[in-house]
Amino acid sequence: MTLAAVETRDLTRRFATLTAVSHLNLRIDEGEVFGLLGPNGSGKTTTIRMLCGLLDPSEGTAVVAGIDVRVAPERIRQHIGYMCQRFGLYEDLTAAENLGFYGGIYGLREAALATRVSEVVALLGLQPRLGQLAGQLSGGWKQRLALGCALLHRPDVLFLDEPTAGVDPAARRDFWHMIHDLAQHGTTVIVTTHYMDEAARCGRIAMMSGGHLIALGTPAEVAAQVVGPGGTLEDAFIILQQRAES
Amino acid sequence: MIARFWPMFRKEFIQMRRDRLTLGIMIGIPVVQLLLFGFAIQTDVRNLPTVVVDESRTPQSRDLIAAFVNTGNFRIVAHVDDRSALDRAIDRGDAQAGIIVPYDYPRALARGPSATIQVIVDASDPLASQSAISAASAVAQVRNLELLRRGAGATTARVEARVRPRYNPGLRSPNYIVPGLVGVILTITMVLITAMAIVRERERGTLEQLIVTPITKTELMLGKIAPYVGVGLIQMTAVLVLGRVVFDVPLTGNVLLLYAIALIFVVASLSLGLLISTLVRTQQQAMQVSFFFVLPNILLSGFMFPRQAMPVVFQWIGALLPLTHFLKVLRGILLKGVGVDALWREVVVLLAFSVGLIVLAVRRFHKTLD
Repeated sequence: MTLAAVETRDLTRRFATLTAVSHLNLRIDEGEVFGLLGPNGSGKTTTIRMLCGLLDPSEGTAVVAGIDVRVAPERIRQHIGYMCQRFGLYEDLTAAENLGFYGGIYGLREAALATRVSEVVALLGLQPRLGQLAGQLSGGWKQRLALGCALLHRPDVLFLDEPTAGVDPAARRDFWHMIHDLAQHGTTVIVTTHYMDEAARCGRIAMMSGGHLIALGTPAEVAAQVVGPGGTLEDAFIILQQRAES
Repeated sequence: MIARFWPMFRKEFIQMRRDRLTLGIMIGIPVVQLLLFGFAIQTDVRNLPTVVVDESRTPQSRDLIAAFVNTGNFRIVAHVDDRSALDRAIDRGDAQAGIIVPYDYPRALARGPSATIQVIVDASDPLASQSAISAASAVAQVRNLELLRRGAGATTARVEARVRPRYNPGLRSPNYIVPGLVGVILTITMVLITAMAIVRERERGTLEQLIVTPITKTELMLGKIAPYVGVGLIQMTAVLVLGRVVFDVPLTGNVLLLYAIALIFVVASLSLGLLISTLVRTQQQAMQVSFFFVLPNILLSGFMFPRQAMPVVFQWIGALLPLTHFLKVLRGILLKGVGVDALWREVVVLLAFSVGLIVLAVRRFHKTLD
């Protein structure tokens, strides 16, 4: 039996009157590419933020890389990589400076830092943009750079919150190649999206609506669960969205 | 715990250098302010703390001292035995004026032609010293009129008050304004720059990516303020050099000691800014809170108006501002040339502010998004 990279039990988060995530139970294995799918406001981002220790759960537990988020949120940080929805790097630093900064923050020093940065640069093909200010990069390059910064410390679990928003199709395709590469080397990747073609590239997906888990399984299984036999993910998504709006 | 301080420090340093506008403003502000305040600012102070050396201890001398007190300008805080004890009290800032009545005062008064008393004022504070000087000569004149009226010809002796301004014998405003301005400029810029520090990262969306890393709160906070400590000391140098060259303000004391204490004060101001940054949600709010904070610093710290003249409540509020204590250090070292023996209380208070504020800022800051 493989180890769970992430396991949640009744994970719940309330904001004032709104319950953003309600009694979420998930088990994600090591090396999976796992998609969190759902319309805006379905609780995807809140879930990821709780798993990263950025938000405290109101109820329930989550264990990430063997560590309970409620007990030791700080210890989790060295084991996870995170790319937030909005570009979170320093736009007034160059690509190389951002990599150097995050490498340093993750505890890499001098030779080890230089080696690891050049590995990541080679892996993601960042070489031609290293001297450019991050703020001047296009969406695709920003996303690559952000992924690079999140990979420097070789995280066990990588969280990507709508990583391909504002990225052109070719760059999206390249990005997904990199994601699958990482998963093949043992990294667990958890990604939120509302692009159906992206969801289809995940090993398993969890469909969320109004903070609840609606369906779980491979993309084909989820489509079948929501729509019925022969349904597509897109149909499933539209049905869920209509349900959420009514 | 401190290992990630360096990458944070380097990053902040690069960003500081790249933000040319802010850096320009920080270097420009001291110059503009100095020229404005130095040239433009050229008002009766009551209850000036006063030390008395009454060598004669006679009804006549007590009468005279009572006359000083009755003007309302002088408040006797101590009677001391000799001139050196009086000097020490003024050095430490415990008193701002001294009255010396010589042992032969009654005899000189009886025989004439004149009885001289000495009034020493701490002229590092021009408002206070001006009013002390005019009050002292008023006392002498009133005495003389009284003596004349009591019986013309019975005695011809006049009371003469010799006023000796100490530390700033020329009673020059720049000598008073420039050291104070060092503190005011440091307060404004240091608080403002770090008040933006955390909230700017929040607004730009970089905080979310940063707090998901293993960096500790202390590393983050120290890394944020460290580059600006250098900026603060450069600002101080700029004002001191300009003050020396353009306004001929003396540098009497140990400049190294001044820099050491300034370092503590800069850290306190930066930490206060960081605390503000953890309390507000937007850069706009940070700016408003900082400017709101600046006003009491200018009015209540003793920079423009002597604190002795203020109601006690305002004196207490003033004591809560790091600047109030740093001003004593600035004037003490620059004008009086005093050492750490006269300033240790201020050093202790500033250290307490630095440590207290940075601890508060670290405790207020949470590595979560809510």
